[in-house]
Amino acid sequence: MLIPFSWLSQYVDITLTPDELAHRLTMGGIEVGDVITRGGWEGCVVGYVRATRPHPNADTLTLCEVDPGDGPPVEVVCGAPNVAAGQNICFARPGVALLNMHTGRREELKPARIRGIVSEGMICSEAELEISDEHEGIIVLPDDAVAGTPLDDVLGDTFLELELTPNRGDCLSMLGVAREIGAITGQPVLVPDISYPESATPVAELARVTIADPDLCHRYTASVITGITIGDSPLWLQDRLIRAGLRPINNVVDVTNYVMLEFNQPLHAFDLDTVADHHVVVRRAAAGEKFTTLDEVERKLSTDNLLIADPAKAIGIGGVMGGANSEITPATRNMLLESATFHNLNNRRTSTDLDLRTEASQRFEKGLRPELAPIALRRATQMILETAGGEAAAGIIDVFPDGDQPVLPVPLTVERLRQLLGMDLDISRAETVLASLGITTRRTGPDSLEADPPYWRSDIAIEEDLIEEVIRIIGYDEVPTTMLSSPIPYHQGDAMMALKDNLRDALSAAGMQETISYPLVSPDDLSRLHRVDDGHESLLRVANPMSAEQDVLRPTLAASILNTLAYNRGHNDGGFRLFELGRAFIPQDTGLPQERELAAGVMCGPRYDANWLSDSDALDFYDLSGALDTAFTRMGITVAYQASDSSLFHPGRCAEITVPGGEPASIGTVGELHPDVCDAFDTGPDPVIYFEVRLHDLLAATRDDGSAENRFQSLSRFPAANRDLALVVPDSVPANQVQHLIERVRLVERAELFDVYAGENLPDGARSLAFRIRFRAPDRTLTNDDVNRAINGLTRVLDREVGATIRE
Amino acid sequence: MSQHATETPSPASISALTTRALEELTALPDAESAEQWRVNYLGRRGHITGLLRSIPQLEPERRREVGTQANLAKNTLEEALARRVRELAEAELAARDALDVTLPGRPVIAGRLHPTTQIVREICDAFIAMGFSVIEGPEVELDHYNFEMLNIPAGHPARDMWNSLWVDYANEEGQQPMLLRTHTSPMQARVMEAQEPPVRVVVPGKCYRYEATDATHEWHFYQIEGLAVAEGITFANLKGTLYEFARRVFGPDRQIRFRCDYFPFVEPGVDMSISNFVDPSTGKRPINRDEDWIEIMGAGMVHPRVLEGVGYDPQRCTGFAFGMGPERIGMLKYGIDDIRHFYRNDVRFLRQF
Repeated sequence: MLIPFSWLSQYVDITLTPDELAHRLTMGGIEVGDVITRGGWEGCVVGYVRATRPHPNADTLTLCEVDPGDGPPVEVVCGAPNVAAGQNICFARPGVALLNMHTGRREELKPARIRGIVSEGMICSEAELEISDEHEGIIVLPDDAVAGTPLDDVLGDTFLELELTPNRGDCLSMLGVAREIGAITGQPVLVPDISYPESATPVAELARVTIADPDLCHRYTASVITGITIGDSPLWLQDRLIRAGLRPINNVVDVTNYVMLEFNQPLHAFDLDTVADHHVVVRRAAAGEKFTTLDEVERKLSTDNLLIADPAKAIGIGGVMGGANSEITPATRNMLLESATFHNLNNRRTSTDLDLRTEASQRFEKGLRPELAPIALRRATQMILETAGGEAAAGIIDVFPDGDQPVLPVPLTVERLRQLLGMDLDISRAETVLASLGITTRRTGPDSLEADPPYWRSDIAIEEDLIEEVIRIIGYDEVPTTMLSSPIPYHQGDAMMALKDNLRDALSAAGMQETISYPLVSPDDLSRLHRVDDGHESLLRVANPMSAEQDVLRPTLAASILNTLAYNRGHNDGGFRLFELGRAFIPQDTGLPQERELAAGVMCGPRYDANWLSDSDALDFYDLSGALDTAFTRMGITVAYQASDSSLFHPGRCAEITVPGGEPASIGTVGELHPDVCDAFDTGPDPVIYFEVRLHDLLAATRDDGSAENRFQSLSRFPAANRDLALVVPDSVPANQVQHLIERVRLVERAELFDVYAGENLPDGARSLAFRIRFRAPDRTLTNDDVNRAINGLTRVLDREVGATIRE
Repeated sequence: MSQHATETPSPASISALTTRALEELTALPDAESAEQWRVNYLGRRGHITGLLRSIPQLEPERRREVGTQANLAKNTLEEALARRVRELAEAELAARDALDVTLPGRPVIAGRLHPTTQIVREICDAFIAMGFSVIEGPEVELDHYNFEMLNIPAGHPARDMWNSLWVDYANEEGQQPMLLRTHTSPMQARVMEAQEPPVRVVVPGKCYRYEATDATHEWHFYQIEGLAVAEGITFANLKGTLYEFARRVFGPDRQIRFRCDYFPFVEPGVDMSISNFVDPSTGKRPINRDEDWIEIMGAGMVHPRVLEGVGYDPQRCTGFAFGMGPERIGMLKYGIDDIRHFYRNDVRFLRQF
């Protein structure tokens, strides 16, 4: 919404600078996005075109004799088609700085010889004055402009660009903004007189109105004017509309727009002679009814749309747009002027369904009060009489089915003010503020009042609304600053949130970088993950996706993190160790989807940046499983890996991550991604190691075995004995099985695998696993015999359980 | 050796001997020659030993003087030798084992948390210190919680403030009731439905809007919602709480300011700004933006209709709510110029935090 000061100041004196005013309005809730000043045309004046004659050497040029007001007339060459004798125009003398249309810069205007004739200045278009891009025609100033007046005084202006919240539709009008300014500065607001001379003919003899659907039209007021002459509006009126951003059309339509911008009430003018029986019927559209709006588009309607009709046909869509069949034309002589109140939500639905957002609908949808309709109607009738002539019938048509229901006053008490704001405010102070906003109040007790919501404010309905009115004008700086003193509620910490925080810390401590990505992915991404179409679970889609890339709520984090990896590989050198905690969305039969908390990560690229101490081999499976071990150990969780199989992974390089317990629970997978998947995501030549852990499963598993809970274990005072043992083990036996067998033996504190060997001197199908085994007793120093007996027992167990022998 | 026996020791000769011995010691190149030196001076047949042995043959009146002098010389040389031996040993270690300490160290890989995680934690910690608990909620929400319970009925023009991404799912009535939550505010209703007052929570989480992205807008972003409801909670408490938050996150000299704003689920509704005045001592603003005041969050007193909706009595209980974007807070704190950096996950960006 653009508010020109030149218009606004008709209703209220502006006593603040534009910037101060903008600030104060913004603090009070009417946000001023920008203050625009137009002018600064030093040396430009109003000129009067005394006479014109054709340029002898060019058909499209005109020679104009311009009176600059303060000296003898000068001759100016003008190329605009609309220049004519008798016009007041914007005249720029040589020496004035103007926008040069050819260079795009402000430059000094010089006397120029154009086709043999010297032009002693320029008649300006909006483009040269930087008002708009319009450069086809010159600006024609109002007739009452005086030659020689500085142009800044005539065309210069300041504009407030408002960014309004939906509750303050009242400030889509000059009077609405003027009332805000009045409340801020204490200046009185002048509301225009709305009276006009009425003819002897009662309006009821000329037209009538029926509201068939009063739920959608609360009030319909109308006046009838006969004998009007359609033409252009006076220049001052056109000028105001243009400054506010509207296009002048004709005197009647311009007045309806003008009054809309003045009072906020949209109006519509019908050619009365096109209305059958001079009878307006406000009714729902029939299902499938077709109607051609003013913009010459035929629209198909439903019974949710409200029509303005006559007994024979529709003539407008209520509160949205009129019809081509009843609009004001140059031939119109008699008119019916509508000022009505439509149901805001229905109006919004209609304009949304028809994709027809108009100046009218954006006002109706925010809710207008029925008291406003007759006021704006009388104002517009008065102005049409002034600009288009004719006679107004006596009285107005006013159909107001609920008109006898009084508007409820809104209470306000000092007690509630204190309860809500935490400050003491006198009721008289509240009264003063409300009065400055034009809100009428009455005392109902020593510390209470009631207020009548004014007809221009539809957003004031409850006591809290009034409290906001009071404090927003006083300013929030006056409210004291105090700490909460109410009791702190008890809160049982959320185990999942704690787990997520711990896991983030643990994974980053284990060398991994956290990422956060969009949970919407493309179907293509998901198909890239599934080399074989295994009929993946049903997906949740967005009904109105912004792009095909963001169409599906992800069922896995894999696609997101692989895209992150691929992006980074294009921009950075490796190696990458990335992880993310996020949600996957699994549709349910009814209701909200299951939001599955997941952790996922990748490793890819060289293990270290090039350096002189460590290798730069590619990161592999054991880098990631090692990092996971570190992370889980830090959290007090023991995990194990079991060979597994999945189409996502390289055959033979995939493991199920389990938490041991009575029943080992699977919590996720880790493995080297299948080369086809890497190719599909373009992750480069290095292997990509990926893990995904299901946090709900992890939480359940750790709760079951209690391992997440730290329990102190006493430290033995006695020394340990270490023995290295190389075992020959069949290939089919996983290393961790051997380790668990060793660690289950009495006196064994810990076994560490330090060498794996296959090849010479070993039987086919077997490998050597070398363990450093630490023995310790809690209550004594172990003897050699103790340790030897333990090793004997251990070898018997290993032989029996997995066919392992000690390597000689 | 013969001269030892023939020469009569005197304080002057002892002093000369000591001086010569010390000079030789300083010039010794290694531990081996030091041993040779020890034998030469302090050994069983060394100069000093010989000197001490010759004392009994002196006239009685000189024995004491020369004896003291000789013992002193012995101690001096023994100490000097020990010192020199240590020096030589250190020099030898240095010559053999010195490192180029400027070579790069052995790499250890450390990860980091995403900047959003860090900022969210910092903000939540500020409120935890004021007795707030942290909770989370669903990212796919029902229209009922995202809008209806927040005093934003269907068709309300305020819905334009939240362009929504709807989930492609229709219920039995043919409605599309699910969307990606447009704010964390639905948790206001959920938490109040689940418990009686007092309530004091902050809710961090992802939100989504149908919105074109640019340097200051993302369609996917985080929000941190705050809610405190109990008997006696006032707007003054809201100011105190947010003032304390601003000091903790942006430093102790921070001022805050409120202006009227509109959110359908609060009344009165406000927008909070933090001060960013030029510091006279540096000539710079604490936050690198050319504004005295920077808006950082919406807030207000919980609307009575929201309280009624969850079964609270708005005449008895009052409360405040606020909501902020942690990315914006982070951008202000760290001078990040484009919100799109956050979820592009370029490690060059992520490693800076």
